[in-house]
Amino acid sequence: MIQQTAAQMAEALTKGATTSVELTQAHLDRIAAVDGQVKAFLHVDSEGALAQAKDVDERRAKGEKLSPIAGVPLALKDVLAQKGVPTTAGSKILQGWRPPYDSTVVSKLKDAGVVIMGKTNMDEFAMGSSTENSGYGPTFNPWDLTRTPGGSSGGSAAAVSAFEAPLAIGSDTGGSIRQPAALTGIVGVRPTYGAVSRFGLIAYSSSLDQAGPFGRTVLDTALLHEVIAGHDVRDATSINAPVPAVVNAAKSGDVKGMKIGVIKQLQGEGYQKGVQTCFDESLQLLASLGAEIVEVDCPSFEYALAAYYLIAPSECSSNLARFDAMRYGLRVGDTDGASAEAVMSATRDAGFGREVKRRIILGTYALSSGYYDAYYGSAQKIRTLIIQDYAKAFAQADVLVSPTAPTTAYKIGEKVDDPMAMYLGDVATIPVNLAGICGMSLPAGLAEEDNLPVGFQIMAPAMQDHRLYQAGAALEAELLTKWGAPILSQAPVLGGVK
Amino acid sequence: MSSLSRDDVAKLAGLARIEMTESELVELSSQFGMILDAVARVQEMDLSGVKATSHPQPLENIARPDVVLPSLSPEDALSGAPAQEESRFRVPQILGEAE
Amino acid sequence: MTLPTYDEVIAKWDPVIGLEVHVELNTASKMFCSCATEFGGAPNTQTCPVCLALPGALPVVNEKAIESTILIGLALNCKIAPYSRFARKNYFYPDMPKNFQISQYDEPICFDGYVDVEIETEEGLKQFRIEVERVHMEEDTGKSLHVGGATGRIHGADYSLLDYNRAGIPLVEIVTKIVPGTGKYAPEVAKAYVAELRDILRGLKVSDVKMEQGSLRCDANVSLKPIGSDALGTRSETKNVNSLRSVERAIRGEMIRHAELLNEGKKVKQETRHFQEDTGLTRSGRSKEQAEDYRYFPDPDLVPVTPSAAWIEELRATLPERPSLRRKRLKEEWNVPEKEMEAMINADVLDIVEATVLLGADPTKARTWWLGEISRIANDRNVAIADLAITPADVAEIVALVAAGELTDKLARQVVEGVVAGDGKPSEVVAKRGIKVVNDDGALMAAIEKVCAEQAETAEKVRGGHLPAAGALIGAVMKETKGQADAARVRELLLGHLGAN
Repeated sequence: MIQQTAAQMAEALTKGATTSVELTQAHLDRIAAVDGQVKAFLHVDSEGALAQAKDVDERRAKGEKLSPIAGVPLALKDVLAQKGVPTTAGSKILQGWRPPYDSTVVSKLKDAGVVIMGKTNMDEFAMGSSTENSGYGPTFNPWDLTRTPGGSSGGSAAAVSAFEAPLAIGSDTGGSIRQPAALTGIVGVRPTYGAVSRFGLIAYSSSLDQAGPFGRTVLDTALLHEVIAGHDVRDATSINAPVPAVVNAAKSGDVKGMKIGVIKQLQGEGYQKGVQTCFDESLQLLASLGAEIVEVDCPSFEYALAAYYLIAPSECSSNLARFDAMRYGLRVGDTDGASAEAVMSATRDAGFGREVKRRIILGTYALSSGYYDAYYGSAQKIRTLIIQDYAKAFAQADVLVSPTAPTTAYKIGEKVDDPMAMYLGDVATIPVNLAGICGMSLPAGLAEEDNLPVGFQIMAPAMQDHRLYQAGAALEAELLTKWGAPILSQAPVLGGVK
Repeated sequence: MSSLSRDDVAKLAGLARIEMTESELVELSSQFGMILDAVARVQEMDLSGVKATSHPQPLENIARPDVVLPSLSPEDALSGAPAQEESRFRVPQILGEAE
Repeated sequence: MTLPTYDEVIAKWDPVIGLEVHVELNTASKMFCSCATEFGGAPNTQTCPVCLALPGALPVVNEKAIESTILIGLALNCKIAPYSRFARKNYFYPDMPKNFQISQYDEPICFDGYVDVEIETEEGLKQFRIEVERVHMEEDTGKSLHVGGATGRIHGADYSLLDYNRAGIPLVEIVTKIVPGTGKYAPEVAKAYVAELRDILRGLKVSDVKMEQGSLRCDANVSLKPIGSDALGTRSETKNVNSLRSVERAIRGEMIRHAELLNEGKKVKQETRHFQEDTGLTRSGRSKEQAEDYRYFPDPDLVPVTPSAAWIEELRATLPERPSLRRKRLKEEWNVPEKEMEAMINADVLDIVEATVLLGADPTKARTWWLGEISRIANDRNVAIADLAITPADVAEIVALVAAGELTDKLARQVVEGVVAGDGKPSEVVAKRGIKVVNDDGALMAAIEKVCAEQAETAEKVRGGHLPAAGALIGAVMKETKGQADAARVRELLLGHLGAN
């Protein structure tokens, strides 16, 4: 049952072939069986999940009109506040904190009857690309338990990849949904900035953060996308417009006559051979389906990584100031005579990990007087150029494509002491965040060198998220025909169960 | 080659209210040269006449009506407090004056 | 060493002042969340994820706060920026939950205005122009209670208790340019400016402007330069100046303190100082040399404020008359002595009296009712005049009834009481209670004849020309008619009846 797609599970629920309680219990059993190896979850809320499932079953029995994925269980990245459930953002500084409120994404999931099974592991405050920066230890890639699942939403991606959950929520500030989706062989979408409310999403970089869906298929991902998207008055940066028809687009995947732009700057040198090969093959499939392939030039993308690593740390240095031991979370050094100032400093030292401290210090520097124009100011101008390059590219193409990440999953510990090498892994995903547009990663095959999944990235203009699903579904169907079975069927067996 | 001295890092850590050990200060200052070189690439392009973008969507004038909605209960408000007294957050002695 | 006298200071030094005023707006909800702003609530009952800065919470601007700020800018003759933004001012402090304050930095919503004030000088009334550099929006901090130590002050406290009800209340900061050329009148000019500002804000109805509750707070910057010099001296910034009198005292005190230092050849330190209401002196606070680097940057959670020209003009059209000008005008139009004018302002009845006059009532009568009988009732009941169930229209009607002879002053007081008691409009009260001046001469004559028969001896005296004795008879007639007769008419008829006129 757990190997079905979310759409199939939803259908079984609608037909009465199963109940949400059964389905949820099956997934909780899977978590119990394999999560000791994968470590996707920081907190499993079995009791809450089963209560929610029971409630959905009762509502269904009463004949209430329910959302298409009501009763389907889900894994939630620990960056989203859920009332009464431990929420840490992967940081020791929030250990034990239980929010007194629900994030908008959680409210929407609850309203839709989606069952939240627990909170998934992540790089601390979403800062990282491997989940190794979690304050609670790394998550392991179900494809190879010695490797990272990517990050920062590595827990959510691994949970879906390991059949611990059919659906998951992640957040993507520089690629944190798309890159782990690529590294674990699943689908992940970063919606247009402002399409999904950030209210209750613990902020890393406010102008770049966006929550989004994970699924094992394009359609599953669309079903979840439709549930969490929409305008929210509690988020001033939320877009007040109808949600693009992503589910329809996923059901009618078609690229005939579609112009697909290959970004010159996001391929070739620096990309693992097997990654490039899978990308090229997918491109050929798209062309065979009637898409017109064009090359587009985005010279400013060369500077995207540099701009990102100024903007995100700058914003985070301010966003994370609230973790000060005064109102919630960890408090360290509160001994007789210690001052508030000393307690703040000691707590922030003890509670934050190395990468978080590194970015806070970098951001503090970039914003400080005398350096603001040279660093933060220049980065914001690069951002303008990136937006302009995208505008020009989208004048020539309906969607743009690239490999999602330059490499497949790397070994845990391989890059943890080399921040620059780690940062380079985000090179293809970051431009989307800087421009506030949308992007998808879907599996494009296994790299010949290591038999690990490769992600194919599709990008579309703001609020044109349906184009991702339209092109993604077409490619997915063609790849499935080619492979004969979903890519996850090639992943190793975990916990004695496939 | 950009660099930040140990003292520069110490000053930034003070601004950011993060206590750091001597070895942390030294490690960060050695890493910063490389990181700053990388991010300083933003200065390579000719950016004269380019406007800064601080926000990806061109939204303006988003405001809410002046309407009161229920607050948290004081129990909920204080639920995460490391220490509390008389429905207030208890914090260690404050050294500096307020702004 | 004794302190120089004020006269000695101004003989040698020329003060330059600057004022920063913080005003709490009287919006119903906070600046960036929907919590109530009411003063005096139980601790932490007006807080939510946003104003407690819980992880994940986001601010959304209160549109009324933007409107109020634009109104303030317009009333202070400012330009309104077609594009302005919120910025984060980053510094750590326990009363500020986010450890940054959402404020405005290089893109304030209003800028380049002025306020004219008049003060009495040795050469008569003199006008000073205070230029306003900027008016911008920000948010208030929480309140801390310092426990332990000797005085409840921050110094020597064992720990502090925080209440965030005030955190996030909308604040408007009004910053003047430096004000040179006020000479010896610097303290009075500063006081007059804050007073004028308070009146303007009260007139706009955008703030309670209660200095004692902290809804209007003033920081005063003072520096001295030698008379005739162009070079500015080092300034000090005095905080916590929380009454009009204190504004004057603080500036005068700082001028003397600076002069003492400078006279001794010492330097004035650029620093923040705290005003002590009890002593009138300031004490040193945070030194500006150790000033924080606030790392301002545009708040990415909020979008630009771009008020349309049409909206600004719409708001401009609603601006009330400048309070000081209005007062002058009303004083002349109504021909009121200054003392009475002040009495009306102090009793806060100027608006209500004007409304009554505009409905046709005689200014003196209108003033007398509101300041006299109605104020007395309000006092007795310990409520505000505005909360009584009597309106300018009611008072205008009563004044008209008295003028028409349909009510005596005494009867009119009964009518006022009836209206206040909720018995309806004056005409309804008159009808319901049967209050009526008796001017039916037949009924009056019957009463007069009855009284003259009963008090024949007195009537005889009057008939004999002893007019003062008529008073007793008139009183008896009034009693007979239950006070509803017009006393003047009674006298007329009585004297006619006794052939004494």
